[in-house]
Amino acid sequence: MEKRVTFKGIWLPLLLVLPQILITAIFFFYPAGQAIWQSLFIPDPFGLSMQWVGLGNFEYLLSDRYYRASFVTTAIFSILVTVVSMGVALYLAILADRLIKGSGTYRTLLIWPYAVAPAVAGVLWLFMFNTRVGVVTWYLGLLGYDWNHVLNEGEAMGLVVVASAWGRISYNFLFFLAGLQAIPRSVIEAAAIDGAHFWTRFRTIVWPLLSPTTFFLLVVNIIYAFFETFGVIHTITSGGPQQATTILVYKVYSDGFVGQDLGSSAAQSVILLVIVSLLTVIQFKYIERRVHY
Amino acid sequence: MATLTLKNVKKSFGKTDVIHGVSIDVEDGEFIVIVGPSGCGKSTLLRMVAGLETITDGEVQIGGRRVNEEEPMARDIAMVFQNYALYPHMSVFDNMAYGLKIAKVEKSEIADRVAQAAKLLQLEPYLQRKPRELSGGQRQRVAMGRAIVRKPAVFLFDEPLSNLDAKLRVQMRLEIRALQRELGVTALYVTHDQVEAMTMADRMIVMNGGVADQIGKPLEVYANPATEFVAGFIGSPPTNFMTGALMGATSDTKLGVRPEHMRLSETGKLSARTTYCEALGAETLVHLSCADGTQVTVRQDAGAPFPEVGAQVGLDWDVANEMRFDAAGRRV
Repeated sequence: MEKRVTFKGIWLPLLLVLPQILITAIFFFYPAGQAIWQSLFIPDPFGLSMQWVGLGNFEYLLSDRYYRASFVTTAIFSILVTVVSMGVALYLAILADRLIKGSGTYRTLLIWPYAVAPAVAGVLWLFMFNTRVGVVTWYLGLLGYDWNHVLNEGEAMGLVVVASAWGRISYNFLFFLAGLQAIPRSVIEAAAIDGAHFWTRFRTIVWPLLSPTTFFLLVVNIIYAFFETFGVIHTITSGGPQQATTILVYKVYSDGFVGQDLGSSAAQSVILLVIVSLLTVIQFKYIERRVHY
Repeated sequence: MATLTLKNVKKSFGKTDVIHGVSIDVEDGEFIVIVGPSGCGKSTLLRMVAGLETITDGEVQIGGRRVNEEEPMARDIAMVFQNYALYPHMSVFDNMAYGLKIAKVEKSEIADRVAQAAKLLQLEPYLQRKPRELSGGQRQRVAMGRAIVRKPAVFLFDEPLSNLDAKLRVQMRLEIRALQRELGVTALYVTHDQVEAMTMADRMIVMNGGVADQIGKPLEVYANPATEFVAGFIGSPPTNFMTGALMGATSDTKLGVRPEHMRLSETGKLSARTTYCEALGAETLVHLSCADGTQVTVRQDAGAPFPEVGAQVGLDWDVANEMRFDAAGRRV
């Protein structure tokens, strides 16, 4: 039963949604429009003149080996970040859900990392894994492992994935815990009486009932991995070594602001916009069907 | 089908004792109702039998076998929960088949058993529906079906009717009882509703503050309550209690007389003022207030004349119907 509010005139409702519309217009539609417009030009490095090239920027990008490599990097990176952050969060949430004593403290401690800004989180992990003074690097050295994410591409990817996922675990944990606690205890008990052990219960009852939460987190986390991990990558690897951790959003930055190729950068933003829209549509269209609400 | 035995079963949460030792021998096929107010430990007792709560002390036997340490699934029981606890993402069929699938029963056998239960419970048209598409009474039946298909030794019911409306409750009461008789399964049924207890039980356990105040057949308990609590809890309207002082006695015993055993008369053992009359059609409840403020209810047949509000009347009863309780609430 939906409760609908009806207004008599048009002015009050307009006034009420105006702030939202203004914010969206100024901070989303305007820059997005600018990006689309700019993607059709090549400006000179000093920004004094622009030359119309039509879809030339896109043609060039899609034939560019490095740009295509960045697609693969982004795919690997976002899948890893999403799987790691959601997997760990779900595991912790299951433990917290079973906890009776001290659950408040446990939850609070787990939520803290969420308050750490991505760039700060990046610096934190960078110090721990610094090739010369890092604590973890030193211990790994004692074990005979020579950690060097500045040179080793796999290690670099591993580090940015862990650092990105780390800050995200808190957020996912909160949602998973809320999702778990929304499942009536008696349903779990009924399943236990029906003969289901822990894993059977999880597979046949908990996981399906948790699927709306999981689906929501999947969408949010992939978008997070696409965009908000910029700070982490920038502080830890700056996209290196070579291009091993240059995800699409980082390439937008490095091509545009470091390489001063603003036309290409704008074209990349547009491609990114399209990809994320597509991903979200696909997720809602296909995965949502398998979700039990 | 089995007997169920509780031997001095106790439960404590930390230092708080919740159940102080309950013992009963339930015969095969018997329907036992555990009744009491909220917080008396009746649900906890049931959950201990189910294996959802640990047993602090004492012993639970099902079919003569000690099950204290066994997991719920190993106890050969089925439970119907107050909120039904159906699996919301499964169809009615899958809800009933769940336990059988886990027990790796053959597919054809599962289909047979579910079909049988569905027929018994008139659920056949709804097998492919999800629980949210069913009414409260139908959900209740699915919960029953889930219990039936597993052919357990003991049925456990945890206030299964309290989420239904009054009319449906009366109907389901009869259905559950008929079903249990037909299947011949031993049943343990928890409720706070003394009417359910009176109408359904072969024997009932009246619980009060973690103690089984009385165990017996409904009419025996009604006629011969062991404690003041039982006399007050079983029966509606409840037993009238009058202090010794009101009766001109010196001892601190209390006197209990059921409303239907009291009558209004010109003179009598007591004098009271009428405060309210409830004419219910078949009967009339006359509420009165005694000199010291004690509230008393008299139950009259519909035909009997009832006094005006505020009228001073006499109260009388037969000495044979008096129940006396000591200061601790025990019958004397």
